[in-house]
Amino acid sequence: MNAVFEGIGASPRRKEDLRFISGRGNYTDDMNRPGQTYAIIKRSDRPHAKIIAIDTAAARAAPGVVAVYTSTDLAAIGGLPCGWQIHSKDGSPMAEPKHPILAEGKVRHVGDPIAVVIAETKQQARDAAELLHIDLEDLPSIATVTDAMKPGAPEVHDGIAGNQCYDWHLGDADAVAAAFKSAHKVVTLDLENNRLIPNAMEPRVALGDYDRFSGDYTLYTTSQNPHVIRLLMGAFVLGLPEHRLRVVAPDVGGGFGSKIYHYAEEAIVTWAAGKLARPVKWTADRSESFMSDAHGRDHVSTAQMAVDADGKFLAMKVHTVANMGAYLSTFAPAVPTYLYATLLAGTYTTPVIYVEVKAVFTNTVPVDAYRGAGRPEASFLVERLVDTVALELGMDRVDIRRRNFIPRDAFPYQTPVALQYDSGDYFATLDAAMKSADWAGFPARKAEAKARGKLRGIGISTYLEACGIAPSKLVGQLGARAGLYEVANVRVHPTGSISVFTGTHSHGQGHETTFAQLVADQLGVPLSQVDIVHGDTGKIPFGMGTYGSRSLAVGGSAMVKAMDKIIAKGKKIAAHLLEASANDIEFKNGVFSVAGTDRSKTLGEIALTAYVPHNYPIEEIEPGLDETAFYDPANFTFPGGCHICEVEIDPETGVTTIINFNAVDDVGRVVNPMIVEGQVQGGVAQGIGQALLENAAYDASGQLLSGSFMDYTMPRADDLSNITVGTENTMCTHNPLGSKGCGEVGAIGSPPAVIGAVCDALGIRHMNMPATPQKVWAIINGRPAA
Amino acid sequence: MPQVTLTVNGKSATVEVEARTLLVELLREKLGLTGTHIGCDTSQCGACVVHVDGVSAKSCTMLAVQANGCAITTIEGLAAADGTLHPMQEMFREHHALQCGFCTPGMVMAAVDLVNSNPQGLSEDEIRHGLEGNLCRCTGYHNIVKAIDAAQGLMHAPAAQ
Repeated sequence: MNAVFEGIGASPRRKEDLRFISGRGNYTDDMNRPGQTYAIIKRSDRPHAKIIAIDTAAARAAPGVVAVYTSTDLAAIGGLPCGWQIHSKDGSPMAEPKHPILAEGKVRHVGDPIAVVIAETKQQARDAAELLHIDLEDLPSIATVTDAMKPGAPEVHDGIAGNQCYDWHLGDADAVAAAFKSAHKVVTLDLENNRLIPNAMEPRVALGDYDRFSGDYTLYTTSQNPHVIRLLMGAFVLGLPEHRLRVVAPDVGGGFGSKIYHYAEEAIVTWAAGKLARPVKWTADRSESFMSDAHGRDHVSTAQMAVDADGKFLAMKVHTVANMGAYLSTFAPAVPTYLYATLLAGTYTTPVIYVEVKAVFTNTVPVDAYRGAGRPEASFLVERLVDTVALELGMDRVDIRRRNFIPRDAFPYQTPVALQYDSGDYFATLDAAMKSADWAGFPARKAEAKARGKLRGIGISTYLEACGIAPSKLVGQLGARAGLYEVANVRVHPTGSISVFTGTHSHGQGHETTFAQLVADQLGVPLSQVDIVHGDTGKIPFGMGTYGSRSLAVGGSAMVKAMDKIIAKGKKIAAHLLEASANDIEFKNGVFSVAGTDRSKTLGEIALTAYVPHNYPIEEIEPGLDETAFYDPANFTFPGGCHICEVEIDPETGVTTIINFNAVDDVGRVVNPMIVEGQVQGGVAQGIGQALLENAAYDASGQLLSGSFMDYTMPRADDLSNITVGTENTMCTHNPLGSKGCGEVGAIGSPPAVIGAVCDALGIRHMNMPATPQKVWAIINGRPAA
Repeated sequence: MPQVTLTVNGKSATVEVEARTLLVELLREKLGLTGTHIGCDTSQCGACVVHVDGVSAKSCTMLAVQANGCAITTIEGLAAADGTLHPMQEMFREHHALQCGFCTPGMVMAAVDLVNSNPQGLSEDEIRHGLEGNLCRCTGYHNIVKAIDAAQGLMHAPAAQ
């Protein structure tokens, strides 16, 4: 049908690119409303302090100021809700302290919002915010999980003993203890997963608008899931019903998880717009992003593996303490539990596993899901532990992996930590990656580097992740306060052009292209005839949004289901027009035909008939060709693969250079190979960033040291090398596309490969991330790292 | 308030600004040219790169009054008047050198100047070093480097002279 194949498996250039490369994107900060005012948020510069007094008089009197608000003005509205409740080992619910919109009585982290100043111009608001007199009395504070758990540690929230949010566990402790007793050897590794700051290039923005005549509120916001924000803010914070609140997330400049959550600023501008009956816009400075966007990771763990003499894994035991920050962000409690502990089997047959996770509060920015969310922490722990076991047994890193891989014929495979993997072939991705990286040729390259005075190392990670989140019933049992299905509305217009309304959101993933390819493939129309609409609760029936690599596996499946309904209805219309039985109608390449005849009608003809139903079975079917589907996945999806990193270290400077990076992933069915490659490369870059460069640094009191791009090392073009991406795919068995997801594999698979390479080059057992030149130089020179 | 007269994308404009107004604020707020983005407050990210008298500059690092009398080109002015894309724009699309698109305008403007300034041609390493002032969080730079390499071939080709 199509002159150029644009369906599943093709790489047409992205439909969204034309507006982005020509400067015609429409990001939230590009939007302005008539009569707009500007909000500046005054934030705490202290990690923990009592608010003695706030004198707003001078700020209120400043030129252009429209309003100044503190928590006393917000007494009638709720705090920010948490979307996931974890129960501790003893059955008690997690500690869930109030997360006020503006600080009430105390500030608990640097960046905690205290007051908002709204003025006619942004500069006036900024000037007036300088005139706020805020009297703070410092309180003792803590930044690390270790300090949070010390006896007598300062309490972040009064009455939460030991700063403990929950003490949770999973697995069979007795079976693990028994296996440890009889094992040939138990290998122990202490490791940390460093705190990161997501840093999407577009800072967060929120613009609230209110129509005093209709009573309608509109929030324009940098969100990955506008329907979720409407639900959380409408129902739990402002008390607004859905039909009075529209949330629009237009072009969004990257998210990586940090734009999933409902943030205070969204509630502030929406509420204030209502109070003032004027639009209120807040745009984060990057410095604000560093202290107010949810951070990621921050785990301290001890991992143990019991093995037999042949290196077969017998049992694994993990103890992790996760830093929640000062308050619970929207999905924070789920990250170190159900998105982490359930992944600890990795790609291996370890028969019994026991994991304990404590979550604690500290005087730091709240931590939540950041690209990978729990799964990078799991893969780093498992893969580093496997390397350590190999080292201590004197075994080859690849051999021990092969020996313990889940066999190809063992799927579906039930792990001892709740998940059932549907498909995978870890041998295939391993073999392909080793070939791509020329693993066999490494010793010669190492020798050549040594001759030049350089230290070469190679690292490998054979990781697994779970995404395509998630079955609603299952996550409900695990504490989620939401369902995790997805919604698609496929609207075939009278002339045959098609609009698809999806509850997922694209902020770099290329959905406008990938989803259009799905439609082109299934309905047999050109790509140019399909428009994908996302990011507006006023247009889209419902949706849970984009995170957890779920858009294609869950959102795409909803689209397939809706198109199935379109085809089924189209068959009935065609049967009427062609005077045949609907059972005899076939649909292929955009044409409905009577099987075995040349009688046919195109999709366009059927659509026109559906909207101009003059000759139409109106008694049996309704006019129109517009179908909606909700798709609830039957299981998670399980991408996995092999990442191999080769590094060279300059012993004079401690600088680690990435020589090459090879990733071979199993992402299931690929719709657009070009986009998949780009997603993996981007994820790998963030993983290399975590492993070598990035660290959210706090001093012991909770003062944020890495508070700007001057201090927080973002990967730049010359920090990275080419990233070679391949796939060896097995199909997901439980969704109609067979797709597993590709957004997070790069960030999940790569850090252990990079650190494995650094450790290999240095000849050491383990080092924590990031492997900065200073730390590497200290190791080489036998000095303690500062 | 000071008055600034400058040429933006070939059109003359005279605007009154507060003395502290940055060039990027003038472009976005006074002229509605929202293609130029603000990604940081420390001149690190390069999302705001424009051309000032033909040379790339971070428009967040320049006061609007400093641009008085200058000719500014923003991303909106890079394509030809008939909409024909600049080779750098074409190659960014062809090589999937953008994902969320937020860094893209600054990245493209920086890349155009980088290539223009190096008619002898740039190696991959030189392209990577030349992009040091521009952050991208989505792509890992791999495809950006490829796009610039392809664009320099087109920009230096005899037909393009």
